[in-house]
Amino acid sequence: MTKGTVSGVVSNMVTLRVDGPVLQGEICYIETAGDRLMAEVIKVIGQDVYVQVFESTRGLKVGSSAEFTGHMLEIQLGPGMLSKNYDGLQNDLDKMEGVFLKRGQYTEPLDAERLWDFKPLAKVGDKVRESDWLGQVEENHQPLKIMVPFQLKGEATVKIIVPEGQYKIHDVVAVLEDERGNEISVDMVQHWPVKFAMTNYAEKPRPFKLLETGVRTIDTFNPIVEGGTGFIPGPFGTGKTVLQHAISKQAEADIVIIAACGERANEVVEIFTEFPELVDPHTGRKLMERTIIIANTSNMPVAAREASVYTAMTMAEYYRSMGLRVLLMADSTSRWAQALREMSNRMEELPGPDAFPMDLGALISNFYGRAGYVKLRNGKVGSVTFLGTVSPAGGNLKEPVTENTKKVARCFYGLEQDRADKKRYPAVNPIDSYSKYLEYPEFAEYMKEHINENWIPKVLKLKTRMQRGKEIAEQINILGDDGVPVEYHVTFWKSEVIDFVILQQDAFDEVDAVTPLERQEELLDLVTTICESEGRKFETFEQVVDYYKKLINICKQMNYSEYKSEQYYDYKKQVEAYL
Amino acid sequence: MATAFQKVYTQISQITKATCSLKAKGVGYDELAVINGKLAQVVKIMGEDVTLQVFEGTGGIPTNAEVVFLGKAPSLKVSEQLAGRFFNAYGNPIDGGPEIEGREVEIGGPSVNPVRRKQPSELIATGIAGIDLNNTLVSGQKIPFFADPDQPFNEVMALVALRAKADKIILGGMGMTNDDYYFFRNTFSNAGALDRIIAFMNTTEDPAVERLLVPDMALAAAEYFAVEKKEKVLVLLTDMTSYADSLSIVSNRMDQIPSKDSMPGSLYSDLAKIYEKAVQFPESVGGGSITIIAVTTLSGGDITHAVPDNTGYITEGQLFLRRDSDIGKVIVDPFRSLSRLKQLVAGKKTRKDHAQVMNAAIRLYADAANAKTKLENGFDLTDYDTRCLDFARDYADKLLAIDVNLNTEEMLDETWKLLSRYFRLEEVNIKKEFTDIYWQQQSNS
Repeated sequence: MTKGTVSGVVSNMVTLRVDGPVLQGEICYIETAGDRLMAEVIKVIGQDVYVQVFESTRGLKVGSSAEFTGHMLEIQLGPGMLSKNYDGLQNDLDKMEGVFLKRGQYTEPLDAERLWDFKPLAKVGDKVRESDWLGQVEENHQPLKIMVPFQLKGEATVKIIVPEGQYKIHDVVAVLEDERGNEISVDMVQHWPVKFAMTNYAEKPRPFKLLETGVRTIDTFNPIVEGGTGFIPGPFGTGKTVLQHAISKQAEADIVIIAACGERANEVVEIFTEFPELVDPHTGRKLMERTIIIANTSNMPVAAREASVYTAMTMAEYYRSMGLRVLLMADSTSRWAQALREMSNRMEELPGPDAFPMDLGALISNFYGRAGYVKLRNGKVGSVTFLGTVSPAGGNLKEPVTENTKKVARCFYGLEQDRADKKRYPAVNPIDSYSKYLEYPEFAEYMKEHINENWIPKVLKLKTRMQRGKEIAEQINILGDDGVPVEYHVTFWKSEVIDFVILQQDAFDEVDAVTPLERQEELLDLVTTICESEGRKFETFEQVVDYYKKLINICKQMNYSEYKSEQYYDYKKQVEAYL
Repeated sequence: MATAFQKVYTQISQITKATCSLKAKGVGYDELAVINGKLAQVVKIMGEDVTLQVFEGTGGIPTNAEVVFLGKAPSLKVSEQLAGRFFNAYGNPIDGGPEIEGREVEIGGPSVNPVRRKQPSELIATGIAGIDLNNTLVSGQKIPFFADPDQPFNEVMALVALRAKADKIILGGMGMTNDDYYFFRNTFSNAGALDRIIAFMNTTEDPAVERLLVPDMALAAAEYFAVEKKEKVLVLLTDMTSYADSLSIVSNRMDQIPSKDSMPGSLYSDLAKIYEKAVQFPESVGGGSITIIAVTTLSGGDITHAVPDNTGYITEGQLFLRRDSDIGKVIVDPFRSLSRLKQLVAGKKTRKDHAQVMNAAIRLYADAANAKTKLENGFDLTDYDTRCLDFARDYADKLLAIDVNLNTEEMLDETWKLLSRYFRLEEVNIKKEFTDIYWQQQSNS
């Protein structure tokens, strides 16, 4: 393997003089004071190789030796990843020693000694290609497929496949013979370079199936679909993380991967603490069983932060190729972009807008492009749904990360300071936010068949009402309460009903936190009825305000009541009687 | 200064306002050096060319200055002796007392493994309703005051520190005026708390770049007491905007491309490294904690500036002070203030109705703000508007003002009293289970 010697250090960018060939993106280890520091090649000029070190370079000296590994940054994929807490480089955080993260400490991501119940799916003589399913093991009550190595070229024949039984991850479970007659031993572990997208599927059609999140402002107003993409920009304090956590708790997905990318450690601790206790509303098992956490918090090394989102995406693609529905959340993609900026700056590259690297847009769109709904070659389907948060500098959406993300993500959930200030949570702006999927005929068809024929038309009508309500609010602001006809107040207050009853949701209330689709359907019908009913004859606008405030209060109490409980029906009847 | 085995370099090849460069071998990154008695740190190595950042500035350094490398990163000697002492940015005593004896630790050390943290859950009571009621603080939290330079943030911070029942209070002063330094000293001394105080001071009289060491010094001391002595430590950092200004000076002199507001592109990471030292340790590691309360001064209340903006994304909320002209007092602004950890204690460590009462009051306070705009624009007010305005005045005076000192229970009762006085049941939108207990029937006057 190629070796190198340190010739320069500026923060976490190190220059090495090398004695042989290196790959762009290759991983090497630099020796210093007994520690081995992992680093990645980012630029090569002749014999000088620039690497970004994933650790603190304190004390590193010129002349220290480095050893190259011959491969890019890659992760191990196999059974045992679920419920784990990893850092951005897939080190198992629970296996790390001590209270503080020690420099140069790398731990095994998978447990080599654990036994798994293996069931063969292929048989001897089968012709297989890369990623085809050879067998499966149960991982936290979900089938995990053992697949033909992703690197296999062409077709291979199954020579040996072990019978049902207990095996460890590095036990050979199958032997294949490739087209040239080479024998390939297959164990349960795959390796994949994180920066490359997995394309082991037959096709990637437009997504169309609703992904239920239990958050009304999303499901009812701007739905996201299995394999869809969305982003949540918002100034600090508007509830990005609360919204993301709510979605990750409730969404109807088989696997949830949370990449805490350059964010607060206490937010990750919240997940560590709560998820093992909370129950998945769809399967009744513990949430942690379906979750993987990639924690690269803001105080952990910057270069590993950049890697963390790729690590998370690669894991998501791995589970997708088993025909599972994966939900990937990254909080926040802006921190990832900032990590790119710090490095670009140290490399003295010419900066793009706001000092971000020029290829920021391309990197963001390639990353979002890795999500999607796919048909596998065996006819099964799988999906990676990706939701990223964006933390725009100064809350201004005209900044490079937001603008570039807007070009690629299909759903936009804009969080608004004004709504947050008024405690109208979730602070998703109902008028600027959108879901492109509402315009997909495939999606409309799906909703018609599976949910309700009138769902989308009703939603669109409510959206128009929100728009109208906003316009009237502005008019009232200028002309005064008495300056507009009483009917205007009625229209405005109807939009307030939509806001208070459907859009606002209390993420910290046990009942209101999650609304199953069926309940959302009932609520949509009820609010539509309210909006379309004549109401009473009002003489003054004060009567309008009074009337609708009382109505909103009853609806709120209904939202706080257990679904289908006596109390729930009681409040529902009160609403109907009130009309 | 050089010992027998240390090589002395005497040829400086380049001097800028903040840095010196020379040819040297065997130098480690981040290592300290002494140039003619001035402390400096290695910031760049390219082959044999080593660039040093001189904390005091390079004025008076000759091209033939003596340079000695110390073979270690900036460090602090830690032991129980730190308690009650005042230091400069290098960790040397400035109170006339003896040098500290103890174990030497490098400052700016590694971060806590997230899985070794505990979710914060201990309420810090300050008696100030604008904080305890609306923005409850929790031990292990990191939160700044966002304030204009003329606001009494240091006074409020000292008050919070003294009421917080911390085992140690560590003050990191950056670009602090001499007057404020004496204010803190006298306040803590008058309260009889001096033995719990440790201070690292960089005043406006000291070189600006030196203050880059202050937060790391303060936090190294904090980690010693929180980890080894299992104590509850409160760290006060004022003013982090001065710290950021020093960062931009250094990055500018290193020819780095500035990003927003002339700040270095790494500002977020630089600030996060400091704030993320706030931690609650689980019982298995002794149960100690580090809570950070900082000050970020704003220019003209602009929170979109890079420093408050990045800070807001890192810290667990922020506290805003504002002068309320209606009551003539400084209040904790309920709209822009936020404690992200409050839901960990509100309604759990406090009475169950806490969250709902808090939200209802703030919502109605927002309605009052709308009514005020209406009034200013010359429109007629409705009965509801007038009631909102009356409520807002009482709410600000009896609860939001910083001179309030109540326990949480009293704050909640007071809020219920005001809600019942000015509003009707259906106007407050609070769950029935709470209004059944706490709603006080009164005639609306």
